[in-house]
Amino acid sequence: MSTHAPKGVGHLRGDRPFPAAAKVALADPQLRRNLQHATTTIRGKSGRVIAELPDWQELRSAGSALKAYTMANLPRLLEQLEERVTAAGGVVHWAADAEEANRIVTELVAATGEKRVIKVKSMATQEIGLNEALEGAGITPVETDLAELIVQLGHDKPSHILVPAIHRNRSEIREIFLREMPGVDPALTDDPPELAGAARRYLRETFLSTKVAVSGANFGVAETGTLAVVESEGNGRMCLTLPDTLITVMGIEKVVPAWQDLEVFLQLLPRASTGERMNPYTSMWTGVTPGDGPQNFHLVLLDNGRTAVLADEVGRSALHCIRCSACLNVCPVYERTGGHAYGSVYPGPIGAVLSPQLTGVEDNASLPYASSLCGACFDACPVKIDIPSILVHLRNQAPHPRSEKTAMAAAAYTMDHPKLYERAQRAAKAAKLLGRRGRGLPPPLNGWAASRDLPEPPAETFRDWWRGR
Amino acid sequence: MRIALFATCLADTMFPAAAKATVQLLERLGHEVVFPPEQTCCGQMHVNTGYQKEALPLVRRYVRTFEPCDVVVAPSGSCVGSIRHQHATVARQAGQEGLAARAEAVAERTYELSELLIDVLKIEDVGAYYPHRVTYHPTCHSLRVLRVGDRPLRLLRQVRGLDLVELPQAEQCCGFGGTFAVKNADTSTAMLADKMRHVLDTGADVCTAGDASCLMHIGGGLSRLRTGVRTVHLAEILASTEATA
Repeated sequence: MSTHAPKGVGHLRGDRPFPAAAKVALADPQLRRNLQHATTTIRGKSGRVIAELPDWQELRSAGSALKAYTMANLPRLLEQLEERVTAAGGVVHWAADAEEANRIVTELVAATGEKRVIKVKSMATQEIGLNEALEGAGITPVETDLAELIVQLGHDKPSHILVPAIHRNRSEIREIFLREMPGVDPALTDDPPELAGAARRYLRETFLSTKVAVSGANFGVAETGTLAVVESEGNGRMCLTLPDTLITVMGIEKVVPAWQDLEVFLQLLPRASTGERMNPYTSMWTGVTPGDGPQNFHLVLLDNGRTAVLADEVGRSALHCIRCSACLNVCPVYERTGGHAYGSVYPGPIGAVLSPQLTGVEDNASLPYASSLCGACFDACPVKIDIPSILVHLRNQAPHPRSEKTAMAAAAYTMDHPKLYERAQRAAKAAKLLGRRGRGLPPPLNGWAASRDLPEPPAETFRDWWRGR
Repeated sequence: MRIALFATCLADTMFPAAAKATVQLLERLGHEVVFPPEQTCCGQMHVNTGYQKEALPLVRRYVRTFEPCDVVVAPSGSCVGSIRHQHATVARQAGQEGLAARAEAVAERTYELSELLIDVLKIEDVGAYYPHRVTYHPTCHSLRVLRVGDRPLRLLRQVRGLDLVELPQAEQCCGFGGTFAVKNADTSTAMLADKMRHVLDTGADVCTAGDASCLMHIGGGLSRLRTGVRTVHLAEILASTEATA
C-alpha cells in the first residue's frame, strides 16, 4: 500500500501557505534583484547551448519516453538494480519513508565509529532531513558543494534545486564565511575567486580527514548496477573516491533501464540545467573495487511518497524530473518569490506539483495555485513534463474553501442558464460594484483592487448590442 | 463564409468592444457572422481553479451550442486554448466519452481570431488603418497553448498608419492567470509591475493583445498609475479603418 511522506521529518511542507510566504520575499528588493539577475543569466546561457543542438526536441522526446517506460516497469527495474549492485559488492537497503531512510543511514555511519561525514549535494537527503537526523545522533554532516556549504554555514535553507544559495550575493557570502567558516582569513574580500579559495582550503582539509561520505544519485543503471553523480566543482568526485565508506540515498524514480540511456540524459541535463554542453564531472561507480575507492558501499532506495505519486496516472510524470531546475529558471512566479516561499526542498513549478503529491495534496494545498499557468515550464522541461496540466489536475484534488465552493457552483449554474446569466450581467452593473473600479469588492477579490483598476462597466453588453442592431 | 462568434463571457459582459470589433471586421471582409444566443462561458475559470465537475455543464453547453457550426471564432487565445486542450479532458474525467469525442470535433473547428484570419481566411492585410504607436503582448495561452506564433504580428504589420514597437521580454507572463491574480495578488502585482515597465519603455500609446483578460489586468495597472497608455484588443485595431478613425 502506498503512503505519503510522513509529517514531522524532512523538508516537504512549509509552515505557511504560499501567498503568505511569498509576501516576505516580494518585500525584499535585494532578494528580488539577486534572483532576477541569476535566473536571467542561467536562462540566457541555457538557451544559447540548447540552440546549438539540431535534435533538441527529439532528445526531449527520447528522455520523456525513457522515463515513461521506467515508471511503467519500476518494480522490475529496481529489483534488477538491487541484484546488480549486490553482485558488485554493494549492499542495498529499502526505505519506505524519510524516517526509515534516516535511521538506516545513521546506523550505518554509527557502525563505522566515525563522528563526521562529508556530503555531496543531494536533493533526496535534503528532502528527508538527513542532516538533522545525523546531528541528532552526534554525527556532523559537512556539505561540500559550495552553494550547499554557504546554505549550511548560514543556517539557512536552500532556495533552488541547482543553485541552493541563489538568493545570496557575494557580500552576503563573505559575511557568512567570516562568521562561520573554521580557519578563514579575516582579510577575506568578496571577490568570487577569493571566496572560492577560502572554501577550497577548508574543504580539502575535510575531504582528506573524513572516512564516510553520503551522496545522492542522478542516475542508477538497472542493467549494470552503476550509480552516477554529475556535478561541476569536483567536490563530488572527492567524496565518491576518498572515503572508506560511501552511502548513497537515491529516490526510486532515479533508476534508468540501461547504460545507453545515459547518452540521452547526459546531453539533456547539463544544457537544460547549467547551460553547459557537458557537466565538468561525471562520476560513476559500480559496487566496490578492491584497493580503489570506498571499500564499503551502501545504496538506500527511498520511496517517501513516490509510489503514491506513481499511482496517479496524470500526476506520475512529475517523477520524470531529472532535477535540472530549468522550470525554476523560466518561471515568472519563482523569479519574484524565490524558493523559500514554496516551503519545500523542491521549489518552483516542479515543486508545486511534486511536493503536494509526495505529502498528499491537503498538506500543500496552496502550491498547485502558485502558478499563473503561463506554460513556460512545460516548454523548458528537458523531459517534457506537462507541469501546467498536472497543476490543474492537482487543483481539482485540492480542498477548496467553503465560500469559494459556493461561489463557483453558483457561477457555473448561472452560466449554464442563459436567462439567469443575462440577469447577472445586468445586476453586476446595477450594483455599481465595478463602478468603483473594483475598490468596493469584498475579500478575497479586494486583492485585485490593491494594484489594478477594474474597467468601467460598458453601457451595454455585447449580446444587448447584437440584439439591437 | 458563415462564421459563428463565441464572444466569451468576459468580452460579452465587460469588453463588448472586442466582440463587436470581431463582428465588424469579419463582416467588412465579406463574411456572415452568427451569434448563437445560448452561449455563455467556456468554463476555463472553473477548470483552472479546480472545479472540473462544475465545468462539465459548461463544456456540454459549448459543444451543444456550436456543434451545428462549421467555423467558430473567439477573440481570446485563452478561451480557445481551454476549448482545445481542456474540454475533452473534463468530459473524459467525468466518464463521458461520447461528449469528449464531440468536444474534440467542435474544438477542431474553433479558432482564435488571428488563426482564423491567417489559416482559414488566408488574409494578412485586413485593410485596417490605425495611426498609433502600438506594442504587442503575446499572451501566454496564445503563445504556448495555441502556438499562434507571429500571426498577430503579421496582421499588425499590414495595418496602415500603425507604428509597431517591440515589447522587451514580451514572452514573460503579465501575471494575470485568472484566479491567480486574486489568490496570489502580491505575486501577480509584482509580475504586472515588470510588464508595465516594459510597456512604458517602448513609448507606445497602446498595448494590444489577443486576450481581453490579460488586457484587463495590464490595463487596470496602467490606469491605476495614470500612465496614459491604453490597452486595446487586437480585434479593435484590425476593425479600425480610415472611416472609423
